[in-house]
Amino acid sequence: MTLVLSQFFTGISIGAVLLLIALGLSLTFGQMNVINMAHGEFIMAGAYTTYVLQQVISDAGVSLLIALPIAFAVAGLMGVALEWLLIRRLYTRPLDTLLVTWGVSLILQQVARDIFGTPNVQTRAPDLLTGNVKLFTSADGVELTIANNRLFILLLVVLAIGALTMALRFTSLGRRIRAVVQNRDLAAVSGIPTGRVDRLTFFIGSGLAGIAGVALTLLGPIGPTMGTNIIIDAFLVVVVGGIGQLKGSVIVAFTLGVLQSSVEYLTTLSVAKVIVFVAIVAFLQWRPQGMFTLRTRSLA
Amino acid sequence: MIDWISKRTRARAGLGFALGAILLFAVAPVALTDFRLSLLAKYLCIAMVAVGIGLAWGRGGMLTLGQGVFFGLGGYAMAMHLKLADAGEGNMPDFMELYGQLDELPGWWKPFANPFFALAATMLLPMLVAFLLGSLVFRRRVRGAYFAILSQALAAALVIFLIGQQGTTGGTNGLTDIKGFFGYDLADPVNKRMVYFIVAAVLLVLLALARQLMQSRYGELLVAVRDSEERVRFLGYNPANVKLVAYVVAAGMAGLAGALFVPAVGIISPALIGIVPSIEFVIGVAVGGRAALLGPVLGAVAVAWARTALSEKFPGTWTYLQGLLFVVVVAFLPGGLASLVGMVRRRTRPAAPAEPTAPAQPPATVLEGASA
Repeated sequence: MTLVLSQFFTGISIGAVLLLIALGLSLTFGQMNVINMAHGEFIMAGAYTTYVLQQVISDAGVSLLIALPIAFAVAGLMGVALEWLLIRRLYTRPLDTLLVTWGVSLILQQVARDIFGTPNVQTRAPDLLTGNVKLFTSADGVELTIANNRLFILLLVVLAIGALTMALRFTSLGRRIRAVVQNRDLAAVSGIPTGRVDRLTFFIGSGLAGIAGVALTLLGPIGPTMGTNIIIDAFLVVVVGGIGQLKGSVIVAFTLGVLQSSVEYLTTLSVAKVIVFVAIVAFLQWRPQGMFTLRTRSLA
Repeated sequence: MIDWISKRTRARAGLGFALGAILLFAVAPVALTDFRLSLLAKYLCIAMVAVGIGLAWGRGGMLTLGQGVFFGLGGYAMAMHLKLADAGEGNMPDFMELYGQLDELPGWWKPFANPFFALAATMLLPMLVAFLLGSLVFRRRVRGAYFAILSQALAAALVIFLIGQQGTTGGTNGLTDIKGFFGYDLADPVNKRMVYFIVAAVLLVLLALARQLMQSRYGELLVAVRDSEERVRFLGYNPANVKLVAYVVAAGMAGLAGALFVPAVGIISPALIGIVPSIEFVIGVAVGGRAALLGPVLGAVAVAWARTALSEKFPGTWTYLQGLLFVVVVAFLPGGLASLVGMVRRRTRPAAPAEPTAPAQPPATVLEGASA
């Protein structure tokens, strides 16, 4: 029982990081139908922001807290720049945006290498986040603990989802974003400045990647290619969850996280990856448009 | 009118084909040193993958970001056979005893000792995987970006899988140090030349095959599916099958390319087939021109050559250049360099009759169904 629970918690914390990345992707994917391969590099930017701040501010806790808004702004502004320079010219050609943003991501990785060097760097975690929380001791004396940093990330994710949901539901910007997602043309004729909404969406979505980058510094080293590997999993979350559907992303991120960690426990990491992939393809047989979709009258 | 145009284009294509054959078989072997020639063999292998991508993506609109998977399957199938042949009857490949600590050959390696099985597997294995994924995905009308992401995830999964099974696959190192090629010693430059000639001949065959496919009724149908899948469905065809054929053929081409890459270069490893190399296959195609026949080939060779020439001397600069090349070509010249020819021709000869050249416009990929 303890084992099952501990795998479950590991899975949840894998899912939390995935979700943080997938939230931003889902938002921009849903809004503009574009796939941003440079999202991984926005994560990297967030992580390096944390690293730089820690060089300036010696208190790890303070620098981490300051890093959150700054990383959001840095990654967000990078997203806006990308949207303004390239993506808005291309959004009738979604597959091409994928390729173009991959070119951008190559360039950004090289920029990181030139500034920070090829080897990975590390940040110090604040003391508060280095310990574990003991949840309970089972009858046979096995303790179930959760690492504080994982709890912190979970909290961060809950806050991010809460803020995003509130913003989408109750603010006028949120209403506009939802309108553009549902029907861009109709939103445009209703007087919504879709171009400006796109840019703001990109700011928020990319900013979330920056926050994810801050979170990732608590889990491992920071390097120029850190975004590439994790972003594929996040894309899968978006695809399976249903594009532009936050609740789909939430459910799928945690499910995939738990699936990954439990299969991994039973077999090995490498087999788990393959099984998760097969599970995703199988799931798409059942719901090819993802778990949740907007109802439309379009074909297929 | 149509007849006249097709006759003229056919003559021109035949001429181009002959010219290419002369360059590959007569000029290159004389003009290049052994070292350069074996580099060219490597580029031509990449070009074979590009022919398949041109078919699947340029003609069929399926952006496949996972051709490395098929390239890798073909490469590993070939390398497994060559390793076994190098080790000799009854012996195990060197690396297995080193890291695997295995007492005997794993069961799934055994069939690859047979050269005919291994050769068939280099093409059939990738085609089978492509068939399985493609039939599951296309029948459920998963397409566009969804398909691209899935194909990419497959590449990621395969690489992690290969690295994880270090004892039987060589892990991160892959299968290295391949000495012989069906009884010929690869250290001998004469045999290296032979490999080059095989590679060049296979590339020409694949180009001819791709041309036949593109010119056939099936080719028309494939373009029709790319441009409007719904309309093709309403006309009574099943778009899933049309796409499946192109995807499977592309996978077979990539598998063959991987198989020939192994004797040409002497190694196959996860680093050669993962996400990054898979996208790099696409770069060459995009630069050369995705919808034309020769565009992908020339683009792939040019980009691979530029990479060798620049990345050793200026690794940082090359990465910037590669990224920039990708951004500029895809965003501003979606037809690739091949479309420049058409543009210049249109400008210099405004009265020329419209020719059925490859469309310069990129496939307007359908994503509406997914979310709009």
